[in-house]
Amino acid sequence: MEKETCTFSFCQRPEVIEVETDLLLIGGGMACCGAAFEAARWATPKGLKVTMVDKAATDRSGAVAMGLSAINTYIGENKVEDYVRYVRGDLMGIIREDLVFDLGRHVDDSVWLFEEWGLPIWKKADDGFSLDGFQARDEGKALLKDGGVPVRSGKWQIMINGESYKVVVAEAAKAALEFNRKALNIPQNHFERVFIVKLYKDANDPKRVAAAAGFSVRENKIYLFKAKAMVNAAGGAVNVFRPRSVAEGQGRAWYPVWNSGSGFALGMQVGAELTMMENRFVPARFKDGYGPVGAWFLFFKAKASNALGEDYCTGENFEETKKLYSPYAEKMGTAIRNHMMMMDMKKGKGPILMRTHDAMAELATKMDAKRIKHLEAEAWEDFLDMAIGQAGLWAAKNVEPNKEPSEIMPTEPYLLGSHAGCAGFWCSGPGDIKGTPAEWSWGYNRMSTVKGLFMAGDVVGASGHKFSSGSHAEGRIAAKAALALILDEPNFKPTIKATADEVAAELYLPYEVFEKYKVYSTDPFVNPYYIRPKMLQARLQKIGDEYFGGISTWYMTSKTMLDEGLKQLEILKEDAGKMAAANLHELMRCWENYHRILSLEAHARHILFREESRYPGYYYRGDFLAINDKDWKCFVNSVYDPETFKWEIKKVPYVQLFD
Amino acid sequence: MPSYVITEKCDGCKAQDKTACQYICPNDLMALDRNIMKAFNQEPEQCWECYNCVKICPQQAIEVRGYADFVPLGANVIPLRGTDSIMWTVKFRNGSLKRFKFPIRTTAEGSVDPYTGKPEPDFSKLKGSGFFNAPARTA
Repeated sequence: MEKETCTFSFCQRPEVIEVETDLLLIGGGMACCGAAFEAARWATPKGLKVTMVDKAATDRSGAVAMGLSAINTYIGENKVEDYVRYVRGDLMGIIREDLVFDLGRHVDDSVWLFEEWGLPIWKKADDGFSLDGFQARDEGKALLKDGGVPVRSGKWQIMINGESYKVVVAEAAKAALEFNRKALNIPQNHFERVFIVKLYKDANDPKRVAAAAGFSVRENKIYLFKAKAMVNAAGGAVNVFRPRSVAEGQGRAWYPVWNSGSGFALGMQVGAELTMMENRFVPARFKDGYGPVGAWFLFFKAKASNALGEDYCTGENFEETKKLYSPYAEKMGTAIRNHMMMMDMKKGKGPILMRTHDAMAELATKMDAKRIKHLEAEAWEDFLDMAIGQAGLWAAKNVEPNKEPSEIMPTEPYLLGSHAGCAGFWCSGPGDIKGTPAEWSWGYNRMSTVKGLFMAGDVVGASGHKFSSGSHAEGRIAAKAALALILDEPNFKPTIKATADEVAAELYLPYEVFEKYKVYSTDPFVNPYYIRPKMLQARLQKIGDEYFGGISTWYMTSKTMLDEGLKQLEILKEDAGKMAAANLHELMRCWENYHRILSLEAHARHILFREESRYPGYYYRGDFLAINDKDWKCFVNSVYDPETFKWEIKKVPYVQLFD
Repeated sequence: MPSYVITEKCDGCKAQDKTACQYICPNDLMALDRNIMKAFNQEPEQCWECYNCVKICPQQAIEVRGYADFVPLGANVIPLRGTDSIMWTVKFRNGSLKRFKFPIRTTAEGSVDPYTGKPEPDFSKLKGSGFFNAPARTA
């Protein structure tokens, strides 16, 4: 097929605005808000500019946009080493322990800041029950940093009143950016509604990143940011697999539907080395509404069972699981529990039930009516803070959790590195953790293998279980290290080969394609010359689901399935050259889906390379059904060449730093 | 649960260049029909039901109707977000109601002062662990 090009013969030529900055923060979620707060303090006295570019409004962007009912990483009274052991256990034995330890030793300071800025944090009352953020304040309970005792829902989790969590964190980030902007007399350093599409390498140093290009989703403007260093925290990948709900309900993704794999794609397009992209997360959540189960399991002590009331993690299921997955089976991590849940589902013993009614009855034996009412409000707040639709679904089904159980279900797969997953980039570690191989750190913490390109949050690989607080802390770590690089090399001047016109032509190609062909057919949605983003996404999800181990095959794939799916994905990538956008909103959707394609390809190629089933319950290689520690207790790393579309994939030895 | 806009209540945020819902939607879903000066959700199947448009609408013109592919009709969940708390009204299909009020922040909106009272950065520690305001834990 003939390749399309954009010469602005059909669509309007956008204005190209060039912005020069020292440090560029790509994204506006927890990680970049942390980065802005830390960076502005170090950068401003040195006269260095810090700029944030967010595809949405920072008050409500990223994974915490809706709010949260808990902070899942707070070390507090625990030991950082134990946090490393917990993360390793849940992620089936392969993590970068230097990165995880580094995260653990830094995270609490971010939580203390959140409380200082106004996030209400539950505290333990004198009688052992819980006080919400206001009650704790009114009773004069100490702040966490002064020894206040949080309400732990699990060993690492603390409960919050988190409806405005992101608003509060964004306020600090915006104030930090303003501090930098005013001191340096910069007209603007916070760009909202600008979607970054791709990064560019430096014209003189092919190993270094130099620029990021994106477009406004509000007006015909392209932005070209030239920066001495960048923090990429553009999030994980959602809706790369066909979801269980394919109509309106596909919006009710478990992770934010706007996480389009941009974080992975941006780094891949400049050849940053990936690690553990075979990892995915398949959370078991309340069916359809995808409301959180963590508080029910950990805080209310609810148990899950099959429809017959049996614990699916015992007996025959457990014995069978041990045969393939010992010693991981015995650790009962999230993946293993999913695996045994599905064993019962396949036997027809579903629906799987969260026994909320049993838990409430048990708690009622220990509490009076007033406390029970408080407890009920806490249970509803868990949904209303972070998955409001689940509350709506329970209301629509007249669910009374104290009287009946609710169905839970494993979701479609998600790719991410900050929650209970660890897909992402191979990053330099801090370098000061005993026993770390020297080659795991190349000077600047959280820098990728591309000089100047730092990673944080969902896109740092082999380092999961950071969650919201850890992502904020990691943004701070990455931004500080990026400033060290900028100060070390003050004479670096980022330059790129591409002209502003070439950049604009590339980004606006889907616009040009649409305008060029739209009159050929009477229905602009059915036209042989292009593909609109909705159908592009549907094709991508179908390939992911049917060949790479989605829900339709019970997460099962194999070499032959992967080979066929990758063939089809290559053709889809080629067809992406004919993406068509009728407006700026669709232009964003086009490039988001291109980012999804690249993310899914990386995922499939890694699964193909790793000849074992490292994450049972998340995916299976039917041709290598067991975990094989002898050959595969290692990282899998890869580099994508965006010019030739070729992949280099290799094993990298795993090194355990903590016993 | 896609958000929807109640025709009678929406005033298109009057003469402003964009509506509050357009400003806040994390997924760029809310659009303004300039012919009738009313907002609408342009892509309901991409709606995460985060309720940020519902919470921010000055006219309380936006609500959410459950995803039609799995949510029965007849219920709704309505927030009223104030400066320090949020009130929720949950209406069940069978007509029963639940009301909740939860804290949202302990400080005044706009009061965050990021650096006052915090130490100056010590550039001799730029390359080590720790942040500008605090060292890292050791264990």
